[in-house]
Amino acid sequence: MKREAEVPRSALHADPAEDARDLRRLERTWSPERGLWGWLTSVDHKSIARRYVATALVSFVLAGINALVMRVQLARPESHVLGPDAYNQYFTTHGTAMMFLFAVPIMEAVGIYFVPLMVGTRNVAFPRLNALGYWTFLVATIFLWASFYANVGPDAGWTAYVPLSGPQFSPGKRVDTWAQMITFTEVSALIGAVEIITTAFKQRAPGMSLNRIPLFVWAEVVTAFMILFAMSTIATASMMLAMDRLIGTHFFNPAEGGDALLWQHLFWFFGHPEVYIIFIPATGMVSAMLPAFTRRPVFGYTAIVLSLIGTGFIGFGLWVHHMFATAVPWLGSSFFTASSVMIAVPSGIQVLCWIATVWDGRPRLATPMLFILGFLVLFVIGGLTGVMIASVPFDLQMHDTFFVVAHFHYVLIGGAVFPLFGAFYYWFPKVTGRMLGERLGKWNFWLFFAGMNVTFFPMHFLGLLGMPRRVYTYSPDLGWGPLNMTATVGAFVIALSVLVFFANVARSLARGAPAGDDPWGADSLEWATASPPPPYNFRYPPVVQGRAALWSRTPDAPVVTGLRTDKPEILMTTLLDAEPESRHVHPQPTIWPLVTAIGLSVLLLSLIYTPWGLIWGAAAVSIGLIGWGWPDHHRGARLEERG
Amino acid sequence: MTLPLRARRWAAAAALLPLAACDQRVQSALDPAGPQAERIRRLMVMSIWIAAPIAVAVTAAVVWAALRGRDSAHVPETPRADRRMAATVAGLVAATVVVLFVWMISDFSAIRSLSKLDGRPLAVTLVGHQWWWEVQYHDSVASHQLTTANEIHIPVGRPVLVTLESRDVIHSFWVPRLHGKRDLIPGYTNRIWLRADKPGAFRGQCAEFCGQQHANMALWVIAEPQARFDAWYRAQLQPAAAPADSTRIAGQKAFLGNSCVMCHTIRGTPTGGRNGPDLTHLGGRRTLAAGTLPNTPGHLGGWVVDPQGIKPGTTMPPNNLRPDELRALIAYLEGLK
Repeated sequence: MKREAEVPRSALHADPAEDARDLRRLERTWSPERGLWGWLTSVDHKSIARRYVATALVSFVLAGINALVMRVQLARPESHVLGPDAYNQYFTTHGTAMMFLFAVPIMEAVGIYFVPLMVGTRNVAFPRLNALGYWTFLVATIFLWASFYANVGPDAGWTAYVPLSGPQFSPGKRVDTWAQMITFTEVSALIGAVEIITTAFKQRAPGMSLNRIPLFVWAEVVTAFMILFAMSTIATASMMLAMDRLIGTHFFNPAEGGDALLWQHLFWFFGHPEVYIIFIPATGMVSAMLPAFTRRPVFGYTAIVLSLIGTGFIGFGLWVHHMFATAVPWLGSSFFTASSVMIAVPSGIQVLCWIATVWDGRPRLATPMLFILGFLVLFVIGGLTGVMIASVPFDLQMHDTFFVVAHFHYVLIGGAVFPLFGAFYYWFPKVTGRMLGERLGKWNFWLFFAGMNVTFFPMHFLGLLGMPRRVYTYSPDLGWGPLNMTATVGAFVIALSVLVFFANVARSLARGAPAGDDPWGADSLEWATASPPPPYNFRYPPVVQGRAALWSRTPDAPVVTGLRTDKPEILMTTLLDAEPESRHVHPQPTIWPLVTAIGLSVLLLSLIYTPWGLIWGAAAVSIGLIGWGWPDHHRGARLEERG
Repeated sequence: MTLPLRARRWAAAAALLPLAACDQRVQSALDPAGPQAERIRRLMVMSIWIAAPIAVAVTAAVVWAALRGRDSAHVPETPRADRRMAATVAGLVAATVVVLFVWMISDFSAIRSLSKLDGRPLAVTLVGHQWWWEVQYHDSVASHQLTTANEIHIPVGRPVLVTLESRDVIHSFWVPRLHGKRDLIPGYTNRIWLRADKPGAFRGQCAEFCGQQHANMALWVIAEPQARFDAWYRAQLQPAAAPADSTRIAGQKAFLGNSCVMCHTIRGTPTGGRNGPDLTHLGGRRTLAAGTLPNTPGHLGGWVVDPQGIKPGTTMPPNNLRPDELRALIAYLEGLK
């Protein structure tokens, strides 16, 4: 369980001076260039992931402020804080930003940071592509919020149902903004998925066979595969919508032989897996944190991995349960009831395995653990209401009401944001080298847990009392006032808890306790290196001897040696058993992903105004790609000179 | 003996507190007035009875698991203890599967009793518009067909087959006290069966986001005994009575001389607009602008003059009428019983 000395004596150079020179060379090879240029050209997975997380948190805060304003509007019947036009932009942007700009990217970003560390490699598989993914995501974020604050934010709901979102009923550019922003985030999510799959399959430390992959990495891999299929569907759908709006196709126009329901099928074939794309990495975080706080490995490794994969498959077979009220025949809808109920089984297996882990371990109630326990309670409540609305009759009453709003906030906040906040506390020391404060952490947790329940539990009753969602006002005669007021109060408690979190982060960055390599006594490889990790992650990539990589490490554990230090070399291993296969020279930092992202932005944004944008944009993208592909013989020479 | 009873009452009151907070339940799914809503309410209550103990049990297990092992000396996980735990987890997974299966079967049996009602139905077509409801009653005799708006009168105890269509975007018809919802989708024709088993006025509201005024797209279903329904229907078939006094005559003139006629119809006058609700018997309706305002002369005046202030985004334009013209128009419209 105790971490051993970093490197066995045998791996060291005999001459200490030569050894120090070698380390400096390694450092130089992997470090980004200095200054702003270095920042713009960096291809290091850690700095890119940090930017992803920071950008996603900005969206989390802004979309949370949207939610607060909406709650103020709804606190009392017939209030005039927001008019209908503003309210519709507020909730559309809230949902869009929370889903596309916060939840999915931040879950992938944590993977981009920790998958390479957990599998014991030095970077993700395609580092330049990774940079492109971040830049496109950044453009999407700026674009959505700029539109929103310029009062041209999307206003057709984050689901953008046609015909409402079509050219006839949403003239102007608001929905185009939405559709193109979706395209950006698809590009970035697909890139992240490719990175994670390839890194986890081809770059694992020797000895990390499939049955030793950390559960968090498994979760990220399953998620990445789901992204490949789900995001390509929404890409198709958003492009069809954009074409209907911009060049006069009629995919969704019933008057011209199009079909209004086609959109819903395509959207939810993406939209339901989307929920699991957010939730599965969160379960991975829970499984990653539990060993450190229960001081035993997670119970039922195999059952959990199979549950993750099962969830990944079944997650694609539920989408019609969002459409029970449309016109689905009873027999067809019964199938989707059955599959929706069935997906509770793998989730239930995971929950039981986690409880068994806690039960059988020696729990330590640090802040991450509190978030895990809170997650278990909230997620089970959200899961149970989910089984309720899997039923066609129940859903026909509660569909599109506040009951559903309550349900999915329990699942998404309880099931994903709680583990994420736990993970912030858990991994913050690794990323920054400093601990977050425990006392503020406890305030953060309890305020969040209380606020969450005060906000969303009453919404179940609002739904039962007949309050539909997405309404900007309601009549005082309907008796929804007191429950809405309660929910609004709860929303401010959540806001306070998020403020406490940021205060904690600020305080810790200024004068937090130094973390050391492994403050939690954890079991996975990211704790086998310094905090924060050096640019090359591991001086000598580790060799894995058991499932709990650090706990099973013997004093004489071998390490990987023989990778060059004057070139960024990475060890490739085989898919099943992670046996060393080849060495791979990694790409260098470069500006071209940023140029390509700018080209892509020219393409997608000008397309909103003219079909010719395709031509201009293609030229701009080509410039980026040509530069990207241009052979660079000089940098290697430069490196050697400096070395 | 009295104390426990009182205690029990308090407990019951506490449990219902969130619901007791509202005095009106015109739109509550928990207060059914028809067989389908009642069947769904029973299913919902059963589901809550299954779910609540599970939630409580899991919470208790989580808390207990977290507290019991705290500070205890390390118990190394032995293979035997792990096997015992595996058996427990497997047993609980099996129990979960059984509970879910029973739950699902009860869902399916509820579906069967919802899809169709016995008896010859009253046929009504509901057409969704941004943001109001057009109601058409069908009859084999053409002159007995009827078009009205935002209010569906039905006879108590007789099944109603509502055909759902939309002319613009997707809406959803939802009267929680009678049944769950069903969408109105352009290009599709949907149907839903309803029956009210007691007289009353049941509020419904569009349940699929349909644009700016989605929040103010309500309707009322008014269930009356057959005889009163028949009387209402006969009265509705009549064209609007010609105005008798001078104010109302002036009001009719104002109606016909302004932009009202572009969109509205009052049968018995030379109007035929179809973009807005039929106003032939406006005076008899409960609300204005699809449930937005109570139908009073004051509200009607406000609505005619400033619809964009009351329902921003509505397709009704503001009307710049002289005060006497407006008064006359209100008198005329409110007289259309």
